[in-house]
Amino acid sequence: MEHVEHAPGLAPASEPEAHAKGQQHPLGIYFKIWGLLFVLSTASYLVDYFHVQGMLRWTLIIVFMLLKAGLIVAVFMHMMWERLALMYAIIVPPLLLVTLVAIGALEADYTFLTRGAFFSPQEKAPPPVAAKH
Amino acid sequence: MANHTGTLPGREGWQSVVSDAASDQRMFKDVPWGKPMMWIFLLSDTFIFGSFLISYMTVRMSTTQPWPNPSEVFGLTVFGREVPLLLIAIMTFVLITSSGTMALAVNFGYRKDRQKTFGLLLATAALGATFVSMQAFEWTKLILEGVRPWGNPWGAPQFGSAFFMITGFHGTHVTIGVIFLCIVATKVIRGDLDHERPGFLTGRKGNYEIVEILGLYWHFVDLVWVFIFAFFYLW
Repeated sequence: MEHVEHAPGLAPASEPEAHAKGQQHPLGIYFKIWGLLFVLSTASYLVDYFHVQGMLRWTLIIVFMLLKAGLIVAVFMHMMWERLALMYAIIVPPLLLVTLVAIGALEADYTFLTRGAFFSPQEKAPPPVAAKH
Repeated sequence: MANHTGTLPGREGWQSVVSDAASDQRMFKDVPWGKPMMWIFLLSDTFIFGSFLISYMTVRMSTTQPWPNPSEVFGLTVFGREVPLLLIAIMTFVLITSSGTMALAVNFGYRKDRQKTFGLLLATAALGATFVSMQAFEWTKLILEGVRPWGNPWGAPQFGSAFFMITGFHGTHVTIGVIFLCIVATKVIRGDLDHERPGFLTGRKGNYEIVEILGLYWHFVDLVWVFIFAFFYLW
């Protein structure tokens, strides 16, 4: 797999002769991604500004976050033009982190429930049910 | 496997992965060695920041004390009106802008346009320094309001430790990046990379790979901020 000289699907517009090997792509794609990152950041800021709450807030925040992260890695860090072996070597380990996140979240929920039940009942919690015995 | 260019015709997809992994010379053919080295470093850094964010998530989800509302904590009063999270929003835009100038610097580096590469690297460094200054302002403000690694005036004490740990580590990365940017910018404008002048971080090949490797580091710092912005400030 050679280095791709131009972004797929983009016309090689006004590209000076490539003097060196390496990641050379038309400038246009950088400006487009740059603009998109601005739009996505503004969008995630607006989620907070308009006090969107609940599942909608989480969905929006995480979607914008993943889109931004994906664009930065794929284009700014040139991952989409790298060798497949390098892509797998870099992208698979962070996916394992997601497992750790899931385990951490489950464990934290369990800890929270245990604390709530035995140590520091929340103010809004209903009064404890009287023991039947 | 007497293929010294490293390109095996007709190998696509998984076959190319297998042939890279089975390579008897170098795993990632045609990739300058410094690039996988930087990626491996960044991967290790991903796990460090991952650990921070996971432990932050764990304390935040399991604390029974109220967590301060970041939207209000990081709000600023502008012309007598409270704007939520304003400082953080500005910092985010500063960092994204610096990512853009960095990407352009890499591109002009490979075109061997020394002046433009130098200018863009300096612009990136200036934006990075702006970001760190704003972070220093944010830290000062919170410290004056009584936030400490062991407590804060608004509730769960873990807020303080998570805040100083995560943003402090990120700010350190930005600071190191700014220094790295200044070093490479100097080398670019002096022409070290063209004239194969040997030296620290210069390499001996007279090429601009170091600019791209620096770019990887800088974009990574921006990438980490994307996650901090989502999980620390918007949660």
